[in-house]
Amino acid sequence: MTDLRELYQEIILDHGRHPRNFHALEHPTHLAKGYNPLCGDRVTVYLALDGDRIVDVSFDGRGCAISTAAASLMTEVLKGKTVAEARALFARFRAEVTGGETVELPEALSEDAERLEPLTGVKAFPVRVKCATLPWHAFEAALKGGLEGDTVKTE
Amino acid sequence: MIDVRAVRREFPIFVNNPNLVFLDSGASAQKPRAVIDGIAEFYRSDYANVHRGVYQLSARSTDRFEEARATVRAFLNAADEREIVFVRGATEAINLVAQSWGGAVLQAGDEVVISDLEHHSNLVPWQIACQRAGARLLVAPTDATGEFDLGAFEALLSPRTRMVAVTHVSNVTGTVLPVENIARLAHRRGAMVLVDGCQAIPRMPVDVQAIGCDFYAFSGHKAYGPSGVGILYGRYDALAAMPPWQTGGGMITSVAYAGTEFQEPPHRFEAGTPDIAGAVGLKLALDFIEGFGREAIREHEAALTDYGVDVLSRIPDLNLVGGGQRRLSILSFNIDGVHPHDVGTVLDQHEVAVRVGHHCAQPLMDKLGISGTVRASLGIYNDKADIDRLAKAIEACREMFLR
Ligand SMILES: Cc1ncc(COP(=O)(O)O)c(C=O)c1O
Repeated sequence: MTDLRELYQEIILDHGRHPRNFHALEHPTHLAKGYNPLCGDRVTVYLALDGDRIVDVSFDGRGCAISTAAASLMTEVLKGKTVAEARALFARFRAEVTGGETVELPEALSEDAERLEPLTGVKAFPVRVKCATLPWHAFEAALKGGLEGDTVKTE
Repeated sequence: MIDVRAVRREFPIFVNNPNLVFLDSGASAQKPRAVIDGIAEFYRSDYANVHRGVYQLSARSTDRFEEARATVRAFLNAADEREIVFVRGATEAINLVAQSWGGAVLQAGDEVVISDLEHHSNLVPWQIACQRAGARLLVAPTDATGEFDLGAFEALLSPRTRMVAVTHVSNVTGTVLPVENIARLAHRRGAMVLVDGCQAIPRMPVDVQAIGCDFYAFSGHKAYGPSGVGILYGRYDALAAMPPWQTGGGMITSVAYAGTEFQEPPHRFEAGTPDIAGAVGLKLALDFIEGFGREAIREHEAALTDYGVDVLSRIPDLNLVGGGQRRLSILSFNIDGVHPHDVGTVLDQHEVAVRVGHHCAQPLMDKLGISGTVRASLGIYNDKADIDRLAKAIEACREMFLR
């Protein structure tokens, strides 16, 4: 039996119950929705970019503890990052949870990568990996689509 | 009385997974040895394509296939074997009627009535058929307790009603619908009646003549049989008036470039090589069910349902979705503050298999104002100990998320 505590670590439960940056942005420059048809969960990710820098990021919607915590932690680490840094963090995170090839990160981002570490417990629960990556895919779609970002689906 | 310990020995899955609490029979039931071994034995001894060969083996295979049809006829108490059409499953059966009957009959301004408990497979085919014809899809409501509202249903009927398509037992709430009354009221208005029997067939007596429906659909895999085979029952007159749906081999009497003559039902609706071993397996599954008796199975599952309602109702923060007066074998619930997916994962770690999500009934979820539920559904092999294990796992879940 894989230990549930690996998945539902204290920090995940905390962010699941009390998500940070859980509101719509008043003046987003980018936004996109993520949808998981399997469970009907929805998340909207809002970004405010100034040039290349993410000055603000938030989300709303409804989801399980994993997707809520993933979105909450994501908004925390993305605030203040450049788009390139944010994409590097996503690449690293995705590799970690899907068991892909490790993505090297510049030293400056290692602390952020560590903050996302508690979510990597989903690796042992393959059916839940999509819950953790959904907000990140919505973030990616927002970057690409501006205010008209495509809705991303998990399947 | 059903001796669950003896029943479980008939299901290899429980021998190979002795600690498993399987509460997902509503999605698909496990298979008894009689079905698993019977299908293998059929392939070993009697298999060939049906209806075509002049040799003895093909005749034997055809006999086994047609014997399955006879078993299904008896099981449903249909009047005639020609009323039993082999299809891939309930989804295909309903699409067949919606497209063949619907395509020929539905006109602009006509109305089709469904209930708000329908599985997507008894909703989307009608939605499409109505869109094509310019007809309207009306939805008969259940009340706040989850009971089908017969009065509200009757008020929806009109001379424009052409079809009433309802589930026999809801796969989300366990509500048993009063299909006899529904059929009587619909027929009084001259409408046809289709009943989706997926959840009823494995757990209660079903007599299509007593119900009085024109069509009855079900899938083999929810009734302890193989997946890939299902049944459309159609009253013979109704089937005979319908144009072919899929076309090809096996359903024609003669083909020329100038035109084709089609067979009578049921073969008119069985284009191509059918799932021969699936039909044989379905027969064995229905025999397996009859070995216990459907009245006995219903009693067993109804008692267990009551026990489940009782146990779950005592758990704080747990909201059971209403299943009306006569709930059967399906318990859908939510735990305040815990998402169904998280509940499902915790239960899985306790080897309790349940289904979470919208259960292919998104409009019903919207009506209930939720994104999904946790659903425990019962089979012949479940007992009180399974419910107790479920309750214990829910307790662990509350402990983790709500402490
Ligand atoms: C009430 C009901 N109708 C229809 C279906 C669809 O059955 P199938 O997928 O076997 O065609 C199901 C199965 O989930 C069901 O529970």
